[in-house]
Amino acid sequence: MSPHRKPRAAQAGKISGSSTQLLSELDLRHAVDTVLRLAKSTGADETEVHVDEVADALTRFANNAIHQNVAEHGLTVSIRTVVDGRTARATTNRNDEDSLRAAIDASLSLAHSRPKDPRLLPLPGKQRYRPVNRFAKQTAALTPEARARAVRRACDLAIKRGQTAAGVFSSGQSQAAVGNSRGLFAVYRETHAEFSITMQENPAASWAKANAADVADFDSQKLAERANEKAHRATNARELPPGKYTVILEPAAALDLVGFLFYDFAATALEDKRSCLNDRMGKQLFGKNITITDDAYHPLQLGAPFDGEGLPRERVLLVDRGVPKNLVYARTTAKAARKKPTGHGFPLPNEYGEAPLNLVFSSGTASLEEMIASTDRGLLVTRLWYIREVDPYEKVMTGMTRDGLFLVEKGKVTSAVRNFRFNQSILEMLRNVELLGPAVRASGEEAFEMVVPAMKVRDFHFSEVTKF
Amino acid sequence: MYEQAAAALDTTKLRGASYADVRVMHLRQRDLTTKNGQVGTLAQSESIGLGIRVLANGAWGFASTDRLTRDGVSACAAQAVAIAKASALAKRSDAVMVPEDSYIDSWQSPFRKNPFEIPLETQLALLLAADAEMRRVKGVTLTETGMQFRRIDSWFASSIGSRIHQGKVITGCGIAATSFQGEEIQKRSYPNSFGGQHVLQGYELVESLDLLKHAPRVAEESAALHSAAQCPQKTGTLVLGGSQLGLQIHESVGHPIELDRVLGQEANFAGTSFLTLDQLNKLRYGSDIVNVVADARLEHGPGLGTFAYDDEGVPAQCTDIIKDGQFRGYLSNRETAHLIGLKRSSGTMRTESWNRLPIIRMTNISLQPGTWCFDDLLADTDDGILMETNRSWSIDDRRYQFQFSTEVGWEIKGGKKTRMLKNPSYSGITTEFWNSCDAICNRDHWTLWGTPNCGKGQPMQTMGTGHGASPARFRNIRIGAAFSD
Repeated sequence: MSPHRKPRAAQAGKISGSSTQLLSELDLRHAVDTVLRLAKSTGADETEVHVDEVADALTRFANNAIHQNVAEHGLTVSIRTVVDGRTARATTNRNDEDSLRAAIDASLSLAHSRPKDPRLLPLPGKQRYRPVNRFAKQTAALTPEARARAVRRACDLAIKRGQTAAGVFSSGQSQAAVGNSRGLFAVYRETHAEFSITMQENPAASWAKANAADVADFDSQKLAERANEKAHRATNARELPPGKYTVILEPAAALDLVGFLFYDFAATALEDKRSCLNDRMGKQLFGKNITITDDAYHPLQLGAPFDGEGLPRERVLLVDRGVPKNLVYARTTAKAARKKPTGHGFPLPNEYGEAPLNLVFSSGTASLEEMIASTDRGLLVTRLWYIREVDPYEKVMTGMTRDGLFLVEKGKVTSAVRNFRFNQSILEMLRNVELLGPAVRASGEEAFEMVVPAMKVRDFHFSEVTKF
Repeated sequence: MYEQAAAALDTTKLRGASYADVRVMHLRQRDLTTKNGQVGTLAQSESIGLGIRVLANGAWGFASTDRLTRDGVSACAAQAVAIAKASALAKRSDAVMVPEDSYIDSWQSPFRKNPFEIPLETQLALLLAADAEMRRVKGVTLTETGMQFRRIDSWFASSIGSRIHQGKVITGCGIAATSFQGEEIQKRSYPNSFGGQHVLQGYELVESLDLLKHAPRVAEESAALHSAAQCPQKTGTLVLGGSQLGLQIHESVGHPIELDRVLGQEANFAGTSFLTLDQLNKLRYGSDIVNVVADARLEHGPGLGTFAYDDEGVPAQCTDIIKDGQFRGYLSNRETAHLIGLKRSSGTMRTESWNRLPIIRMTNISLQPGTWCFDDLLADTDDGILMETNRSWSIDDRRYQFQFSTEVGWEIKGGKKTRMLKNPSYSGITTEFWNSCDAICNRDHWTLWGTPNCGKGQPMQTMGTGHGASPARFRNIRIGAAFSD
């Protein structure tokens, strides 16, 4: 920090009333400028600085009571120096000048110790950013008492109906700034909130979850009611034989599978020949009803509109009516491929390059009820669990159904079903999509949040059944 | 550091907390990777801060801060108490803990070579040399190597008077070769997947691995897998290599014995457990030769679950989990021990960092060695498949039904390891699987493997766990289901 003024970063995380005050944009800029000033006198050719600050709180409940309740505040300064064609990164959460100097020195020392990077580019200069507004004051100010009252209402509902509730209600705010010695500066702040609930009616259970920038965008009690009703319907599950079934994947279930596709669209993944899109770009890989974009500006998305080098994120059409059309590029991979960078790079140095982090799937018009009504025999899937990759090129994934699997017969949900293990290729699955619902901000537990619809899929492969 | 901790404890007492514990932690990490002959990640980080857990009005609260000034610490402590009082708005009963003594101690994990003092040039030169050895092999399309070093210092103080400093040095290292041919991606890793081996040791781990010797073999096997036969689909005899068995232990023993899962506290996220309280001392978990312990003591080995005290101030212990095949014990903390009538916590509360609440975690969950020499075990197997090095892993949310696949399989015919098999997988039900175990290799083949990436809790915490295992044989196992039609 400047020796002429009180270090502003030292005021970060000040608890004021019910919420934590994050640094102002001016303070973030000052923190970045301080590092750039200190680095200038050390012999670094170029310097890049990230300042990230988070103030999050999370209330966890189980057995109809709060059992964990936490809050955190943290600020990190991450410094990348470039010297003689070499680069390295050092990160600290101490923001006094001595600590920042030490981090700069550490970054330089690492950089000096490595061979030159033949692909390293000069830092980018000033950029223009499209504004996004994802900060809701009421979410930033949400108190532990407010979260506790909402949890209490959900637990009271469970008790009233002879069930047991478990879940999480979180809220928080975060911000990120990136700047460099060529004058680039970008800043982003957001709020976020999440409510997830499992209702158990032994031995059955069901689940509902929502995640949004603004806590006002979901109703925690409605989610509790949905989980409550489904848990009751999930009792007396019958065992069905494994095999191929038509499935209706609710948005969370669809997300947690298709979410595993995201890194395949990284130019670096194709360079490394570990993408399932190697030798498949431009071919009809999925059904014509599948279109996928990466769009950081979509109203249901969260996340900064710039990447790890501070480049603005572009909207990229990844799959057009079933045909993979485009990849995302960091600056380095873009240069190698003679393409324009798309603003999807990770902070350097890294070996993974880039990735699309704001996937948006095309919508359909079918409601969940219409999907059920159109199904002669199939399974309604609430949620999937512990999904892992079995075959990286055919994109075969394994995992389990969880918290509500139901048999659909002649257009109606007729009974609960014991949980299955699946071994299913995502590529094949996206060729077998019969109906799509409206795309929503889906939230599961395996993939990060994306905008994904419910999907009705034929011939989904269940290989084994478990004991509940 | 105890000064900040004491200030936090003072504030919590003034604000009405009946119990509090504080962790000041300083974490330092260095990450080095290479890919295809070039340096990938080259980064160093440090983080220091303080986390306060309090019991007030019979309920829990936790707050953390990186502001280690007196004002910052006091504000954080007050916030923790306020959160606990908010928790009490939705409590059903008061939280109670079993008693524990107070301790004043300082402990440093042993290491011979401080990895942060080894010249970076030396470390990168070794990785780049191993990378080059792998790239020499025709058919290899991606080479990756990496080292990770961590130093963690923690200062624990509690309102019952404990003051405990612990210092740990953790080292991880590994290499991998990937081959893309036709319509198939195959990979081999050494000495394990998940970035290799990870232990509570210094740079001596790296030097013991002999990366340059193994690099050509790993690369050749990744390319050779394309022409190997597909692993058959059948029910038969399975021999698991030690590292894969370590992960099997992790998923099908380590997680289900966590008492927080058993008691429903993880029902929304990590799941519950089939090991309900009525199963303790009654369930036949495995065959007579299956003995599993949870052992955090240094004498068990330098595992990722080794420490002197857990993050609740309870000394490291060894607990029988499975004894002669019988289910004997859970992983507990002071609160869950009280809930099931135990006299003492088994000492398994662990936290990832200063900004995370300690939760029940695995320590070193290890299968005790058996009596077999590996060559004798192979010679005794007429028809089976040996599977090595994990590729994918999945198990249901009550820990019954699992499926694993490994990077490579080897057919065993007439007591001999014969041809290579690609895409091997196996699946089953936990207790049926462990009851089918009929041979475990002896201590000469036993390794304390490190699993560095165990995720649990909300906010998510990543923890390192240890799993001692030697190769073992299992009968009548379903093989090949991952690739069934």
